[in-house]
Amino acid sequence: MNVQMADWPDRLFATFKRADIRQVGYVPDAGHARLIERCRADADIRDVVLTSEEEGVALAAGAWLGGERCALLMQSSGVGNCVNMFSLARTCRFPLMMLVTMRGEWEEFNPWQQPMGGIVEPLLKLCEAEVFRATMPDEVEGIAERAVQLAFGDERIVAVLLSQQLIGKKVWVK
Amino acid sequence: MTGALERRAAMAMLLAERGADLLVVPGLGSTTWDLAALGDDERNFYLWGAMGGAAMIGLGLALAQPKRRVAVITGDGEMLMGMGSLATIGIQRPRNLAVIVFDNGVYGETGMQPSHTQSGVDLVGVARGCGFGACLDVRDEAGLAELARRLKSFDDTLFARVAIAADEPPRVLPLRDGVALKERFRAALGVKA
Repeated sequence: MNVQMADWPDRLFATFKRADIRQVGYVPDAGHARLIERCRADADIRDVVLTSEEEGVALAAGAWLGGERCALLMQSSGVGNCVNMFSLARTCRFPLMMLVTMRGEWEEFNPWQQPMGGIVEPLLKLCEAEVFRATMPDEVEGIAERAVQLAFGDERIVAVLLSQQLIGKKVWVK
Repeated sequence: MTGALERRAAMAMLLAERGADLLVVPGLGSTTWDLAALGDDERNFYLWGAMGGAAMIGLGLALAQPKRRVAVITGDGEMLMGMGSLATIGIQRPRNLAVIVFDNGVYGETGMQPSHTQSGVDLVGVARGCGFGACLDVRDEAGLAELARRLKSFDDTLFARVAIAADEPPRVLPLRDGVALKERFRAALGVKA
């Protein structure tokens, strides 16, 4: 399955390590499965499974108050769950680095994913986030490095959208 | 059931002998005013918004600062909005995080409309079910004294519901510049980027 074979999740993990990310908040997600697995296996990263993505926005703020860097992994539907909590990051200029796996676009089979997936980008921009999109495996790491700099150096909200074309369409296993 | 404890007196009692290592995150609204009424402190991160986020800010902070204790002191309405975070905290189970809910059964900031706890939702039961190490239901001065004592020495994730009266003391407003609150908090801890 291409989700398991692709190496861009390992490159994202390498970026996390170089950036000294110490907390990773996530809601379980197929597209992020490999990266979540790497984070969970790392003794220096605290993996925090969330019940809803907005919890992660507050987690990241608390981590920064305590001197640690936190990254959030979510699916595009999770962006909508975060919107009011983004006000915490916006008002206080907390660094917020999000890696968002996209649904509702390339070869999406589930029409219920489209309404949220289709507004992720404009919604994030309304929330004053810097938004990047990665479609090709080779560009993922460079974009992530830029996102780290913007988030933690400039104390900004940054989202890296990992397009559905990159991740591959969801495969249903019976 | 709401209680008889007066909220400002309760906050004062909990933090009367605040140790140098205790960091406090109040929830938006009344608990922020209660904390500010004790006098300003750089180790307070006052919330003026982010409803439902107080406990999770506490979690991120507690994980980042394992040698300090963190007390989230919030209201029942704020806690209800972030109830999933009790599950998230329960499985992380940081030894240095206390979540304390001042429960008056009403949404004080919006006109005293009843909250779910007034109709029987039991936050202590929720915390217990989520795996918190110790779960206290504080209904009187003796219970408050016990909680104050524990705040200085707790060594497992602590939850406490404090049954306070539904009154509305005069507001004491702290600094509301979020960037300034963040920067001075981090400076007080001596942390770097």
